[in-house]
Amino acid sequence: MNDGQLPAPEESMHIDPYERQWIRVSIVVLVAFGALVVLASVLFGFGLTGDHAGVDPATVTESGPFAEPGLREIEPGKYEAYIVAQTFAFIPSTLTVPVGAEVTFHVTSVDVQHGFILKDTNVNMQVVPGEVSILTTTFDQAGTYHYICSEYCGIGHHAMFGSLTVEEQP
Amino acid sequence: MTQTVIPGYEITTADKRFIGQHVVVAVLALAIGSFFGPVQAFEYAGVDLYPYLEPVFKSYYQGLTLHGVLNALIWTTFFITGFFTLTTIHGLKRPLLFPSLNRFGFWTMVVGLVLTASPILLDQATVLYTFYPPLEASWAFYAGLTLVVVGSWVEGWGFFLTWRAWRRDHPRRRTPLLAFGGLLTMAMWQIATLGVAVEILTMLLPWALGLIDGTDPGLARTYFWFTGHPLVYFWLLPAYVSWYSMLPKQAGGKLFSDSLARLSFWLFLLLSIPVGFHHQFVDPGVAAGWKWVHAGLTYAVFFPSMITAFTVIASLENGGRRRGGTGWLGWIPKLPWSDPSVSAQLLAGILFMFGGIGGLINASFSVNAVVHNTAWVSGHFHLTVATAVTLSFMGIAYWLVPYLTGNALWNRRLAVVQTWLWFVGMTIFSTAMHSVGLLGAPRRTKLGDAPYVPDEWSGHLLRVGIGGAILLVSAALFVFLIVRTAYSRRPVPARVEIPQAESVHDPQQTPAWLDRWVPWLVATVVLVLIAYGPQLWHQIVTMDLSSVGFQPW
Repeated sequence: MNDGQLPAPEESMHIDPYERQWIRVSIVVLVAFGALVVLASVLFGFGLTGDHAGVDPATVTESGPFAEPGLREIEPGKYEAYIVAQTFAFIPSTLTVPVGAEVTFHVTSVDVQHGFILKDTNVNMQVVPGEVSILTTTFDQAGTYHYICSEYCGIGHHAMFGSLTVEEQP
Repeated sequence: MTQTVIPGYEITTADKRFIGQHVVVAVLALAIGSFFGPVQAFEYAGVDLYPYLEPVFKSYYQGLTLHGVLNALIWTTFFITGFFTLTTIHGLKRPLLFPSLNRFGFWTMVVGLVLTASPILLDQATVLYTFYPPLEASWAFYAGLTLVVVGSWVEGWGFFLTWRAWRRDHPRRRTPLLAFGGLLTMAMWQIATLGVAVEILTMLLPWALGLIDGTDPGLARTYFWFTGHPLVYFWLLPAYVSWYSMLPKQAGGKLFSDSLARLSFWLFLLLSIPVGFHHQFVDPGVAAGWKWVHAGLTYAVFFPSMITAFTVIASLENGGRRRGGTGWLGWIPKLPWSDPSVSAQLLAGILFMFGGIGGLINASFSVNAVVHNTAWVSGHFHLTVATAVTLSFMGIAYWLVPYLTGNALWNRRLAVVQTWLWFVGMTIFSTAMHSVGLLGAPRRTKLGDAPYVPDEWSGHLLRVGIGGAILLVSAALFVFLIVRTAYSRRPVPARVEIPQAESVHDPQQTPAWLDRWVPWLVATVVLVLIAYGPQLWHQIVTMDLSSVGFQPW
């Protein structure tokens, strides 16, 4: 066909009735799922790390809370855990809290990027040098929870983990 | 194969050879990279082969870097640029306007590949394909990647200039869908790769050359994921080009809707880029509000994939019914499953449905915390790039290589078996990876050697190894079939035409606003500025280049 004889295009898009139904279903599904995610996050108080901290990875362990990493009870049942990630270990590599403890984790790196996954909880953070990753969780069940490095950090990455023990109250 | 002759322009022998050069590099990268995938899977199952590879390959993580770079970056980029050279020429029915420009782009990519691969092979760039600083690779690694990206830009410019010449000759005609998909993908790619270009040129390369002392790892992550998610669509859209504008023809049907196909491509241009923070949900230093915005936009970019699912399946149904299929599902067995190119793409599409569902889970802010940085993500990735994309490209290769060489595919039945092996192997592998990830197993980790692995993971890790073994057989079979076809001693002449689907409705009826670049490009840039501008600006003004480099491998 010669370009001069081309038919005039339609003004609006041709949409088949089935297509129209599918488009409606797609939008409803996506909006409903999105609403559920928002609702669940609000109802369960879901948190993510996010605020910019701006620390110097070379000096972060010289002074301030990361100079003596470990667990601190700030009020009865409430704890802060300061953890330093470095190739290929978390310092400290063991922590012990009682059942019911609410622990806020503060994790930073002194070298490359690491990850911090606390198994069987929603604590999952990227650990980036220059930043502090902060997240709070409550331990309702006794047991051992491993915290595992989840970002490749070098030849010993797979050996990098720690253990948090949640003890029954005496 | 079932293609019929389309009258018009024939691709020249020189251009066929040029496209073939892309395929040679791509298949070579796939062959080497795919060897390391199963070696990693065997390690999960308790069989560590790395001690035997030790004289050449120093560690699991060096192998992992090769696997990621060669399969996810090189196999894809070379195959895509070669495939789009074909779709541009054949879609527009004219040769490239400046063939030497495209050849320059290609050879730039080849030089880049050599520069990238050399330090990886020498164990001087064991940084995985995400190369997060302050892991510090040799400068050649960063320079090489830059050249691969720049080379792909140049090839894209060649396509755009060819299209512009076509447009001058045909001001009122709709851009043929076959050419349009490739042009759109390359346009999206130009914008999307700005992130990684800025990351390498302003930070990583000067640092690796010793011009600056340190990097800002948080800012580098934001730059990287600006490119990192649209990279996924750079891989996926070429498969969509085949599913929309070729596969219906191969299945004996017509494209159900030209308009909807174009609309979904435009939406991919608009929405592929401003979604990168969903890869940074668990990052410190990125404000929660912007993470929410990107979560919403990631849901939005799922919409054109839903349209694609409808249109592609409706087109296949059209083919199946024309071939005599009746009833609700009776058209499915009537599809030409004995054509390896078709079976590959149908099986790729089936697994991609699960990949898509997994992707929606990954995008879901709170649910993401359960799976972020776990083996779930690698499992997801192998359904998407390693199946929807790779198995579709294999299917394309099954007609493309015979078309380019003039030799019939060496053994069609074996090729069909190869596609099923990939499907079965990937189903086993990916299900196991998703499961062990849900239990908390980190991704990209030498789990066979990890002290914290509980008993409940071991069954899944064994199935990772079994899936890997099947995939190794399938990958080897694919490479063998392609080599055997291309370099056959007693070739059987091929009767292959490039499949090009007709649309149920005349594409000329498609409204003009679906064939106009400027409004869509402007909207894309504006949306990217809104979604990325404030957070990126904040990270740039607070930039702190204090992270010195490490090579802990």
